[in-house]
Amino acid sequence: MSQQYIAAIDQGTTSSRCILFDRDGRIVSVDQREHRQIFPKPGWVEHDAKELWTNVEVVLQRSLQKSDITPDQVAAIGITNQRETTVVWDKETGEPVYNAIVWQDTRTDDIVRELAADEGQDRFRHICGLPLATYFSGPKIRWLLDNVDGLRERAERGEVLFGTIDTWIIWQLTGKHVTDVTNASRTMLMNVHTLEWDDVVLEALGVPRAILPEIRSSSEVYGEARGYLAGTPVASALGDQHAALFGQTCFDPGDVKGTYGTGTFLVMNTGTEAIHSENGLLTTLGYKLGDEDAVYALEGSVAVTGSLVQWLRDNLGLISSAPEIETLARTVDDNGGCYIVPAFSGLFAPHWRSDARGVMAGLTGYVTKGHIARAVLEATAWQTREVVDAMNADSHIDLTTLKVDGGMTADNLLMQILSDVLDAEVVRPMVAETTCLGAAYAAGLAVGYWPDVETLRANWHKAAEWNPKMDSAKREHEYHNWKKAVRRTLDWVEHEDADHGDKV
Amino acid sequence: MPGRIQSIERAAALLRLLSGAPQGLSLGEISRTSGLPKGTALGILRTLQHVGFVEQATETGHYRLGGGLLSLGSRYLDGNELRTRALNWADSLASLSGESVRIGTLHEHQVLVVHHVFRPDSSRQTLDVGSLLPLHATSLGQILLAFDPIASTPDLPAFTRHTITSPDTLAERTEAIREAGWAWEADELVEGEMSVSAPIQDRRGITVGAIGVRGAVERLRGDDDGPDREKVSYVRDAARAISRELGATPF
Repeated sequence: MSQQYIAAIDQGTTSSRCILFDRDGRIVSVDQREHRQIFPKPGWVEHDAKELWTNVEVVLQRSLQKSDITPDQVAAIGITNQRETTVVWDKETGEPVYNAIVWQDTRTDDIVRELAADEGQDRFRHICGLPLATYFSGPKIRWLLDNVDGLRERAERGEVLFGTIDTWIIWQLTGKHVTDVTNASRTMLMNVHTLEWDDVVLEALGVPRAILPEIRSSSEVYGEARGYLAGTPVASALGDQHAALFGQTCFDPGDVKGTYGTGTFLVMNTGTEAIHSENGLLTTLGYKLGDEDAVYALEGSVAVTGSLVQWLRDNLGLISSAPEIETLARTVDDNGGCYIVPAFSGLFAPHWRSDARGVMAGLTGYVTKGHIARAVLEATAWQTREVVDAMNADSHIDLTTLKVDGGMTADNLLMQILSDVLDAEVVRPMVAETTCLGAAYAAGLAVGYWPDVETLRANWHKAAEWNPKMDSAKREHEYHNWKKAVRRTLDWVEHEDADHGDKV
Repeated sequence: MPGRIQSIERAAALLRLLSGAPQGLSLGEISRTSGLPKGTALGILRTLQHVGFVEQATETGHYRLGGGLLSLGSRYLDGNELRTRALNWADSLASLSGESVRIGTLHEHQVLVVHHVFRPDSSRQTLDVGSLLPLHATSLGQILLAFDPIASTPDLPAFTRHTITSPDTLAERTEAIREAGWAWEADELVEGEMSVSAPIQDRRGITVGAIGVRGAVERLRGDDDGPDREKVSYVRDAARAISRELGATPF
């Protein structure tokens, strides 16, 4: 029998990709295609759902052709996707009733404020694990029902279907209307304990149950593909951050992955029980394999990490390319007393302070641009530390290893600083494409391409590892100073300034 | 002592002038601003154009600084930049070859390791980014000696009895490497270890570094005395892919 592969589709915010993996979890072929970002108004972000699907079809086909792989050599298709982005389409014609509303879009600001009214942002947190915020799909569906002519009536008659991007792609591929628990966990509409759509939230948001997909596990055969890969099982769906958790083989409670890009997403596996955070983290699904118990996770994100390096490059001009930050930072041995807290649009997890703004603290005549570069890298590390501390407090498990991926992991100095401030081992895996790998793993498990998660663990190899070198007195001293700098960001935006971008 | 050469001074003045005008300047503007007669300015500009220091926009006929000048100042490629661009390719080389991967650049008379990917097994390994290796006793270094005209090594200390210690032998080796386009050595730095490397070039064809694998001779040796051909092809493919990456994006 000829060699078999798993195809992982990653439908992301800026592009669609398809990666083929072999049995050792190695990348065999890649194809990628970008799509248009549509900005109809300030704060509005849309994608053309049909363009997304066309691109997915193209990259799927081209990734096979590039490496002379035939459709019958694909054992299964897995899907990972940008989360929360919302599509509603006609059940008969398949025609979207409106562009896909992207997760970053803030048009639901008013809806969210109205829903929070007297009961506050955390009104549904005990049900869905999330605070009311513009990101999540529920308020976006509500906006569509309120603003697209005749949509509410059609929805109530069951003539249209809703889906996050996983659902849209699976529907196009197989004709089945399903989603997985991780994507459903970002809608606000699913009860994280029962893993079913929740009547209380549906009622409050005015979303008819008839338009919602069936909630399934992250790893099972949803249906068989039609078209180019006709007959191939479509066997996994995971939101991007959840797929990265799975691709990093964070299978045990306490395992944490961190994806370092313009922002940073930290996700901790908390085992089979949902932990409600006392420290400002989100309760979410990690993954669910077929009939096994669902695995939960805590998520904390940091808004400004890589984008602070870009700010140093584009706004201050201290470096001409992002990697040069490391060169500049290595011209000095420490931060020279300088701390930068990049609260550009407030402080997120675990502080949640929209009145905060960024500061550069501790400046003296001694501070050079090298110290500033160092403080920029340290800002990413300390912000990680704050989220990890919150995770440790909520889960009662202490982090011992952080598994990292994303573009910033090329910065060796940052990785060392991260290990120093966390007092934990930091490891980078050999396959940097952990998101696609996670989707491939989940699909491969569902069809028996890989027998069990132990096999996947054996596939995981370290490309590099950093160990703490900082003594604990120094670490505590630096953390103390960082916290002082954080306090200086608070209460900056006063009430009358509130319209100048203090939206979190 | 000979006097200063006026035409070179004038050429330098024109270059300085053009450096302040990224959109380019017309001959008339150049003549007016520099105070040089049009004919004189044109002669200097044409000469500078000939050596690649000035170029003329086809649509407007305006003069601006040429690519040849830019390459003079940017010979140096930041090692951190190189690592960032090479990251995915180095990972897949480690994954395909099953060996540890290093990327090295020239640092004075040594190889500076700017990137290191562990061998994909469960063994305990330590990151050695930042360490220095001898030019003459590693295939990474021999690549730099063969392809980077600035690379040289003042002395040839022996690390094993196989280390090349004669300048003539080293010259023969680097000549052969230039011919082949890749390098290998066995036992020359550490007994029982073999390494295979290939050059990383930027868009101007300048060798900015080398990428290679290193491991036990038993694993890397092929049917003849040399390295396994398949592993050689992985190394050369990775080097070419990174070179393409450096050429694809201007910096």
